Amino acid sequence: MSETQKRLLLVAMPWLAMTGLLLLWEVACIVFDVPEILAPRPTRIIETMIQRWDILLRFCLETLWTTIIGFALAIGFGLLLGLAIGASPFVYSGLYPLLIAFNAIPKVAIVPILMIWVGVGALPAVITAFVISFFPIVVNVATGLATIEPEMRDVMRSLGASQWEILTKVGVPRAMPYLFASLKVAVTLAFIGSVLSETVGGNRGIGFLMLSAGARNDAPTTFAGLFSIAIMGIALYALCALVERRMTRWAFRAEIVG
Amino acid sequence: MPVTEPSLVELRQVSLAYGSGASRMLALEDATLSIAKGEFIAVVGPSGCGKSTLMKLVTGLLPPTGGEVRVHGQVVKGPIRGVGMAFQAPTLMPWRSTLDNILLPLEVVEPHKRRFRAHKAEYVARVEALLASVGLGGFGAKYPWQLSGGMQQRSSLCRALVHEPEILMLDEPFGALDAFTREELWSVMQKLWMERRFTAVLVTHDLREAVYLADTVYVMSRRPGKIVKIRKIELPRPRTLETTFQVEFVDIVHELRERIHMEHA
Repeated sequence: MSETQKRLLLVAMPWLAMTGLLLLWEVACIVFDVPEILAPRPTRIIETMIQRWDILLRFCLETLWTTIIGFALAIGFGLLLGLAIGASPFVYSGLYPLLIAFNAIPKVAIVPILMIWVGVGALPAVITAFVISFFPIVVNVATGLATIEPEMRDVMRSLGASQWEILTKVGVPRAMPYLFASLKVAVTLAFIGSVLSETVGGNRGIGFLMLSAGARNDAPTTFAGLFSIAIMGIALYALCALVERRMTRWAFRAEIVG
Repeated sequence: MPVTEPSLVELRQVSLAYGSGASRMLALEDATLSIAKGEFIAVVGPSGCGKSTLMKLVTGLLPPTGGEVRVHGQVVKGPIRGVGMAFQAPTLMPWRSTLDNILLPLEVVEPHKRRFRAHKAEYVARVEALLASVGLGGFGAKYPWQLSGGMQQRSSLCRALVHEPEILMLDEPFGALDAFTREELWSVMQKLWMERRFTAVLVTHDLREAVYLADTVYVMSRRPGKIVKIRKIELPRPRTLETTFQVEFVDIVHELRERIHMEHA
């Protein structure tokens, strides 16, 4: 196989794998004669997506917005908290156990509480997306700061640098690749959060659409919603990966050297 | 010789212990030494003898548990200013170009910090001149990870010297390099020192390196480290690679080695 063929195959692989999976699904549905209400055939799902694209798009955009707002809040809050935890051993020892405890709570359990507090609508979805996605950001930023080489710290201290200067000149740039790596994880979590909230109780978003379609035994629409979420998830993940590469080129050193 | 000059750094019966209670470990015991202004000293000894500890004490990065450290006659209480440091690892920042890495001390140390923004061009020119003097002219725009190990270590030396510190601390700065690069950097180091006459403390386990570069070599014992021998090196400068094969040089190295072997006996 030539180099060009190899490279082409590498690009084509994700698409081939996905097509293969859908094909397997399609064949399994036909061979085992699976009723549509249990699992519709992929061709049927895609057909539904094309037929009902306007409704799907409207509900998707609602979910997308709540996710992005929740995610943006998570970045801001996660970055600040991560910097505080990574920079100060006191903040670390005080807050870390609390954070772990909070992260261990299933987020699905807090949605009903949120509904009591703020009612239905976009707000509980935004909050759920936020609380579910800030944890990996905090942990990663704090790790980036806490793993500054002791020699680097000695160099800065012997120059007479203040704690603030060490934080801004060494800590923050060093934490950036960790931050961007965590964003890829956090953005998919944010989606889970907002869809979760819409599914548990809500009147908007793709989660709500799936729930009501499910209640009408409209399996193709439910699955079409599922596919839409997957597509949005991939899109936002790719966006985060792109931003990561742009912002922290030095962490992907091999590519520029070559 | 610098003996007549007043001493810049003085250690009086300095000891340092890590930990407390049962886990207390004495790293350095009763170290007394004085370094004259402009003197180049080397500290050698078996591994784990507290050489690096000594260095941290002089710069005030660690407070001594006994005795006192004085710089300019003042007792050192916290990290002292105007020190340059280079370690075995180059510790350059991968997100900064080589030039920006070397500019770092100027962004932090007064009075440069105050003037930095307004006089950036002047400082950039200074760094470029320094880079050229260590054989790295034109490499400023490269990132550290695009440079070889030897080039990174040269950059690290530039960063340690760019703010013209009074004291330069070298903690095995050539330890991770191959023999050829190491010997080449000895001569670079000597050249820089002869031009600028800073006070230098070199920690090393390479006896040839110590004899090549230093005016005075201090030999330390095994843990807890004590200074067991002080050897003045009066070989003429500039010393070259040729010098290292001369009898006088080799004799000194042997003499030091024998003293260190006694520690292992």
